[in-house]
Amino acid sequence: MTISSVNQAQATTPRSRSWLWNWLGVLPFFAFVIAFLVLPSTSLFVGSFQNSAGEFTFENIRSLSEQNIVNAYWLSIRVSGVTAIAGGLLGFLLAYAITLGNTPTWVRSAMTTFSGVASNFAGVPLAFAFIATVGRTGFVTAILRDVTGFDLYRNGFNLYSFAGLTLTYMYFQFPLMVLIMTPALDGLKREWREASENLGATSVQYWRYIALPVLLPSILGTMILLFGNAFSAYATALALTGGRLNLVTILIGAQMRGDVLHNPNLGYALALGMVVIMAFSITLYTWLQRRTERWLR
Amino acid sequence: MKRSSFWGWLWVIVGALYFLLPLYGTLDFSLRAKRGELSLLAYERALTDPEFLRTFAFSFRMAVLTILVSILLIVPTAYWVHLRMRHLRPLVEFITLLPFVVPAIVLVFGTIKLYSRPVTLLGIPILPPLTNSTASTDILLIAGYTVLSLPYMYRAVDTGLRAIDVSTLTEAAQSLGANWVTILWRIILPNLRTALLSGALITFATVIGELTLATFLARPAFGPYLVLLGNHQAYEPSALAIISFALTWAAMGVIQYVTHGNTGRIAGGR
Repeated sequence: MTISSVNQAQATTPRSRSWLWNWLGVLPFFAFVIAFLVLPSTSLFVGSFQNSAGEFTFENIRSLSEQNIVNAYWLSIRVSGVTAIAGGLLGFLLAYAITLGNTPTWVRSAMTTFSGVASNFAGVPLAFAFIATVGRTGFVTAILRDVTGFDLYRNGFNLYSFAGLTLTYMYFQFPLMVLIMTPALDGLKREWREASENLGATSVQYWRYIALPVLLPSILGTMILLFGNAFSAYATALALTGGRLNLVTILIGAQMRGDVLHNPNLGYALALGMVVIMAFSITLYTWLQRRTERWLR
Repeated sequence: MKRSSFWGWLWVIVGALYFLLPLYGTLDFSLRAKRGELSLLAYERALTDPEFLRTFAFSFRMAVLTILVSILLIVPTAYWVHLRMRHLRPLVEFITLLPFVVPAIVLVFGTIKLYSRPVTLLGIPILPPLTNSTASTDILLIAGYTVLSLPYMYRAVDTGLRAIDVSTLTEAAQSLGANWVTILWRIILPNLRTALLSGALITFATVIGELTLATFLARPAFGPYLVLLGNHQAYEPSALAIISFALTWAAMGVIQYVTHGNTGRIAGGR
């Protein structure tokens, strides 16, 4: 047989049968996503509006305003916000340096490779690396103390605190910014700069009126992505602070381990709150990304 | 027109220091297990610990299975969407972004809530609680990892499919008498080698040290072992951190090499 039976079948089947056959091809994917992503998420959603007897209630959502829960959200938002802005700035400057900053090409390829590695080097090993570097007996701590006489830990720094966590998160935050901003900066057309210079614009004017407005959606969008990236991180924080720092993810983890809130449904509401914040950030990110694509391709 | 490269170099140096100091610190620390001299003692101890071998082998197995499952799931779907269901593309793309919206800790929380009791369909139980046996818990773990790797894998495959002429290849294969399995296995897969390799490696790098899912599903994976080791030992964790970094480095290096840097992907913090 030289012509496949499938091919023949296609030529002869009525339109409705081929419609069914088309959907059959994507069925496993949708079934998988529903079973392992949609249903687990919706079960949390449902659970956060139920009390322990399974009756409908707003009590859990209302309890989210309890002081320790508000504190946890606020701490998570602060850590994510600070690392998104600081990581975004450092990442942008670095991306600028390797694209338009007159540095040799080998610097660019070394930096992008390193950024690819560092943005994926998160979790427990990252925490160990920072403990060995700026922990109490860490290598940088020791050098600062022995060479300059400056003791980090006597001057208010502590790796197992807000400052330490921020410093550690930066390790995977700014490389991600580098990875996303490098192509965006490449997208700035040389003609724009030349045209503005021909019209007598200074470098500052070029950046103020042309480059930054074009790049801004991309910069903000990526910073939002960094925010979400830090907001959902759990392993790094757990390995670094052992759960002493009350982030939302740590609180949810503690809730799953042993009922710290004495109410699993409140835990579901806590998770729902995270999903709402993440959904909001990703929506904003996609929207900004679309605006970027108008100019940068 | 020549602009000064001073600022460029300054930021490159700041970035390089940020990258390298923690690595140097960890490496230095990991070599000091013997008092007063540099030695590989910490590596020797860490690598010969039977718990290390057991948990690493387990995570390795999970990573390989996750890669297989996600390839089996995503390649036919992405192919079919490219060929026949183009109008579904925005929907599928949206779905593959969802794992960013649902953090790992929330995903595992929901998974446990849903599958720790019998699964019912219209009130009729169809599956026993999946968290009851280790084999079915492993299925949940692999499914969870597949969800986490969905964004990377889908993007890699999608980029790969855009680079080839899917419908011409399919028609050519069909006119030579190939069925769908032959087309996918002998035409599409070989053309996606690069894309699949980079998707597989990033999945591997994600799964091998993953903590959240493995901890809460209570499986003996490498991530939870690392945390435990970090609580009890001083030098061995640094040695394993260096090894993890080397593994990530190897994975990313190969990706960079095979794709010549054209990876349109998004990384993630854990």
